[in-house]
Amino acid sequence: MDNLNALLGGFADVITPTNLLIALLGVTVGTAVGVLPGIGPAMTVALLLPVTYGLPVEQSLILFGGIFYGGMYGGSTTSILLNTPGESSSVVTALEGNKMAKSGRAAQALATSAIGSFVAGTVATALLVFVMPEVASFAVTLGAPEFLAIILVAFVGTSMILGSSRVRGFAALLIGLALGLVGTDFVTGQQRLTFGSPFLADNIDVVVIAVGIFAVGEALWVAAHLRRKAGTVIPVGRPWMSKEDWGRSWKPWLRGTALGFPFGAIPAGGAEIPTFLSYLTERKLTKHPEEFGHGAIEGVAGPEAANNASAAGTMVPLLALGLPTNATAAIIIAAITSYGIEPGPLLLVKQPDLVWMLIASLFIGNVLLLVLNLPLAPAWAKLLRIPRPYLYAGILFFASMGAYAVNAQPFDLFLLLVLGGIGFAMRRFGVPVLPLIVGAILGPLVERKARQALQLTGGDASGLVGGPVAWVCYAFIAVVLLWPLVARLLRRGSGGDDDHSGDGDGDRPSPAAEPSRPVASEGAIR
Amino acid sequence: MTTEATTVPEGSTRSGAGPLGRVRDRAQLGLCAALAVAGVVVIVDASRLGPVTSSNDPIGPKAMPFLVGGLLLLVSVLYAVDVLRGGVGEAEEGEDVELGQGADWKTVSILAGAFVLNALLIEPLGWVISGALLFALSAFALGNRHHVRGLAVGIAMSLATFYAFAIGLGVNLPAGILQGIL
Repeated sequence: MDNLNALLGGFADVITPTNLLIALLGVTVGTAVGVLPGIGPAMTVALLLPVTYGLPVEQSLILFGGIFYGGMYGGSTTSILLNTPGESSSVVTALEGNKMAKSGRAAQALATSAIGSFVAGTVATALLVFVMPEVASFAVTLGAPEFLAIILVAFVGTSMILGSSRVRGFAALLIGLALGLVGTDFVTGQQRLTFGSPFLADNIDVVVIAVGIFAVGEALWVAAHLRRKAGTVIPVGRPWMSKEDWGRSWKPWLRGTALGFPFGAIPAGGAEIPTFLSYLTERKLTKHPEEFGHGAIEGVAGPEAANNASAAGTMVPLLALGLPTNATAAIIIAAITSYGIEPGPLLLVKQPDLVWMLIASLFIGNVLLLVLNLPLAPAWAKLLRIPRPYLYAGILFFASMGAYAVNAQPFDLFLLLVLGGIGFAMRRFGVPVLPLIVGAILGPLVERKARQALQLTGGDASGLVGGPVAWVCYAFIAVVLLWPLVARLLRRGSGGDDDHSGDGDGDRPSPAAEPSRPVASEGAIR
Repeated sequence: MTTEATTVPEGSTRSGAGPLGRVRDRAQLGLCAALAVAGVVVIVDASRLGPVTSSNDPIGPKAMPFLVGGLLLLVSVLYAVDVLRGGVGEAEEGEDVELGQGADWKTVSILAGAFVLNALLIEPLGWVISGALLFALSAFALGNRHHVRGLAVGIAMSLATFYAFAIGLGVNLPAGILQGIL
């Protein structure tokens, strides 16, 4: 009951004319930027960060709630109307959604995706209200060693479970950790990796890292491979659904939500696995199996709901533990930190009003999105025709503005270009970018926790082992690390002759890679 | 995976050609080298730190960089092994990305140039001028041939952002030589 009262308090804070206007602005701008091709939710949030610099923390969080959900909604519009999705979690939506659009059912695809996102977002945010405080109150009891172990799980999860190659994910994580080292050591005040530069002594701002890797890296990468002819945009009217579409959609929405939320809520989750599982589930349960592959509405409804529910689920580790598990959450953490607020288990104790207001604004943003987007879909579709030179020039323009505004020093712009170069190389070599961001954000935290833990035992390594929570975490990490070995033994045991074993440990087939097959194979022949 | 299937025959025909026979994308080895260099830099940098440890901080500031640097060296080796065994990372796809031919370095260099120009000019000339130039030059590099329109859009955007963010919201953007005019 306490939670509900607190939530009502949060609603009371949000429902003022100014704040509602800000929420509306957030969902509108978030959707508009999210619809733009090449800009996924993470980049949307990164590029729009400067908008929040001048606002007080409460209003900037309301704005973020709107941008977060708006960016997700915009992304699925793009993948339905244009195919080739902006980020891996909407790969599955594009699979059936674009087929639906091509066969003249774009309006229904958009409708089931919008309403499904609303249902999933609302249910999952309601779950968040009940789950998050429990996790937070449990997390407060954890000591430094346990917390260290949980962060290590997040490291292993983002670098080795998500993504298709463990060694590449691990490399990205280490680059992020190295970037996180740059600056002044928080205990001794010694300078590390600053190379004598006073600009680096103050640590590299995570916003600059995120904007550099996501926005500048992406713009440079696209510039190097710009499609000469823009993809065909499928025209669309106002989204609507027939009674039959409703009947076929509501169960996938709920099943998608049930799959998405838990995966988002664990520190090693992500949206790729639940969206794909939801797709498989719907394909198995449908009464219209013949439509799958040609635009089945269940194949849009389920994965879209799973995607949104998992996004709401990532708010659990984000708010309760201060752990970002997807790129968007990573940037929200960076934004919260820039207000001098320390994310972590104590956030709910120290800043309860802020947390509940953020959650309330997620609910409101969800409603606004539904009201706004059903009638506005044709207008959003027009954004897909924006001339590409202006689009990517605009990304560089806003990226520079945002990065400069953090510290008002031109040095950050050079840093941004270097980071953009790293982002470019990572895209070129198929190295995932999420582990880098997570490493850069959590690296300093992991070091602090490790040093605290060892302080308690006077440097004895037993301080790192901690209690049962830490044991479970380390057992999990050990299983993940040893998995290729175990898998090989199992394969040998069952007499299977999978000829991929020669590809090395790096090529662990991931379920998320599966739906991208048709797309990926075209590009891979070089 | 489909990718493997389409590229493996190519790799296998070369498998007898020498030690690098199975490597499908040799530039990847450059990336491994870069990771190793990064690891060495991190370790060398950490080793010149003073040995400051105390009862409050038994492991000191050196442990983490040594660990990260060491792991960077380790991952560079593992990555190289993966590459030598025929592993290849898939270049990222996207709405506007057309893989197939090589990278268009000319566009990328002009973009980087426009970026550096902005960084150099933002304080002396101000965001309105440097931002407009950044936009117009980038649009040009990306294939925009309506030069006047590109510049006009750039000026409109930099003016709009300056008034909205610097003056409206108090975000740090320099006025430069236009100080007093804007």
